Amino acid sequence: MSALLEVEDLRVTFQTPTGPFRAVRGVSFALGRERLGIVGESGSGKSLTGRAIMRLLPANARLEAKRLAFDGVDLLTASSRTLRGIRGARISLVLQDPKYSLNPVMTVGEQIAEAARIHGGIGAAAARRKALEMIAAVRIRDPERVYRLYPHEVSGGMGQRIMIAMMLVPEPDLLIADEPTSALDVTVQMQVLAILDDLVRERGMGLIFISHDLDLVASFCDRVLVMYAGRVVEQVAARDLASATHPYTQGLLKSLPRIGDDRAELPTLSRDPAWLEG
Amino acid sequence: MGGPAISVRDLFVTFGKGADAVRAVRGVSFDVAEGESFGLVGESGSGKSTVLRALAGLNRDWTGAASIAGLDVATRDARLPRIAQMVFQDPYASLHPRHTVDRVLSEPLEIHGIAEVDRRVTQALEDVGLGPAFRFRYPNQLSGGQRQRVAIARALMLQPRVLLLDEPTSALDVSVQAEILNLLKRLRATQRLTMILVSHNLAVVAHMCDRLAVMSRGIVVEEMDVATLRREEPKVPYTRQLLLASKGYDRAVAARMTNED
Ligand SMILES: Nc1ncnc2c1ncn2[C@@H]1O[C@H](COP(=O)(O)OP(=O)(O)OP(=O)(O)O)[C@@H](O)[C@H]1O
Ligand SMILES: Nc1ncnc2c1ncn2[C@@H]1O[C@H](COP(=O)(O)OP(=O)(O)OP(=O)(O)O)[C@@H](O)[C@H]1O
Ligand SMILES: [Mg+2]
Ligand SMILES: [Mg+2]
Repeated sequence: MSALLEVEDLRVTFQTPTGPFRAVRGVSFALGRERLGIVGESGSGKSLTGRAIMRLLPANARLEAKRLAFDGVDLLTASSRTLRGIRGARISLVLQDPKYSLNPVMTVGEQIAEAARIHGGIGAAAARRKALEMIAAVRIRDPERVYRLYPHEVSGGMGQRIMIAMMLVPEPDLLIADEPTSALDVTVQMQVLAILDDLVRERGMGLIFISHDLDLVASFCDRVLVMYAGRVVEQVAARDLASATHPYTQGLLKSLPRIGDDRAELPTLSRDPAWLEG
Repeated sequence: MGGPAISVRDLFVTFGKGADAVRAVRGVSFDVAEGESFGLVGESGSGKSTVLRALAGLNRDWTGAASIAGLDVATRDARLPRIAQMVFQDPYASLHPRHTVDRVLSEPLEIHGIAEVDRRVTQALEDVGLGPAFRFRYPNQLSGGQRQRVAIARALMLQPRVLLLDEPTSALDVSVQAEILNLLKRLRATQRLTMILVSHNLAVVAHMCDRLAVMSRGIVVEEMDVATLRREEPKVPYTRQLLLASKGYDRAVAARMTNED
């Protein structure tokens, strides 16, 4: 498996009034044309890892890595022009906060059409058709109507699917999807995942799927990285996630409610200081 | 007080006009008893948030009847905000970007002239599992989960009787979700809190609720108690499909859903 993405010893540090805060502390992995899940608790550094790959970090963040390469291109030394060419065209990022990243004064359809025009070099009419096609592909009913809605007029789940539609327009080689389906009901989620699944299988797209839904990641991904406090504490084949050995991973699994279980209280994590380094 | 804590009758909500009109809610009725926890599940765009927003007084443009603790929601009774509070689906949009956590949490107290601001803010942060270090941060210095915890803390500041929760844990990791669900259960027991919980996660609803309604395209297609859900015996095909999809990703199942749509 040729590595589409190589990440070695990735670090993201923030300067804060109380000293440096190391949000990502030495993450390493390689990604092929596969579905890689990243799970872990809130604040463990999943989103920052995804954004670091795109070189899209907050201004007060410092990025360091031994290696950060996409399809052989060193992202650490690449010019901003090269980065712009890669971003959006070859690597797409579906952000955790869909409404935040959509333009509030433009209809969602126009935004997708604009993406299609820029990336496809096509005319306005063709771009509109492409946008409607993408809206339908993410299982939104009545694409013509939704095309004309502004971001504040769409439901949470629609906003997420619109973001996915927009990010898939350029047919990226790598899609980084940060909680892309957390606002979707499970049936639509399954249909959206099937679209991503087919892109990985048929087009050889690489997918980084960031989620805290461990059961979903176990059933959908090929491989899973488990993050804690900025580090990868465990890496397992997705189908073996349930039998993962790290007590943190086990703790996360136990804290999930499940249909049919009648525990009054859900166990929460008691964090062991040893996890920080072990 | 007597009667149900929340009553909704023949609720209709339409957005827009003419060709673009969307009948988002088309005749929804349900009751929630005092101290009860009621789940609202269903497909994306089926009108769940719209029902909650009407109950929270955030949308005035509806027909039908709705009351909370005996107060008619349509009258904009000044007591309603202290009785019912809503937690939103999207923790990014619901927090003011230039307000610190401290300001977000103290504001409702100051508006309602409630004393002991300092103690209450500290307590609320602790209740939702955030340390005092978070008190003077801005939303952009918080992760998604940390923001939603702040939003939940804000809703609890006025010690409401009714919580309207719109996907309160869908942006949280599973351990924090467990903490929040435990917290909500505890609050419900100790303060006889009445809740409506919108969630697409059937397991969360099974864990938290006594009864639930399943919505599709603006109507309630099925109402059941949680035991029926646990036994996996819903009657309506749409609910059965939800249950199947809850079992995790399966390409073959996804293909069947695609065909049915
Ligand atoms: N601009 C910033 N300044 C300071 N700290 C930050 C900033 N952005 C993020 N952080 C911190 O970095 C850590 C990692 O954040 P990140 O957004 O990657 O978490 P996450 O794993 O995606 O969590 P979630 O599941 O809640 O989305 C968090 O503790 C967060 O508070
Ligand atoms: N302000 C608005 N203007 C126009 N249409 C709207 C507006 N708010 C909601 N809608 C439409 O009403 C319908 C119901 O939306 P609602 O947000 O209630 O769905 P939901 O069941 O909460 O979905 P989700 O699970 O995706 O959050 C959708 O078709 C949506 O596009
Ligand atoms: Mg995140
Ligand atoms: Mg909603």
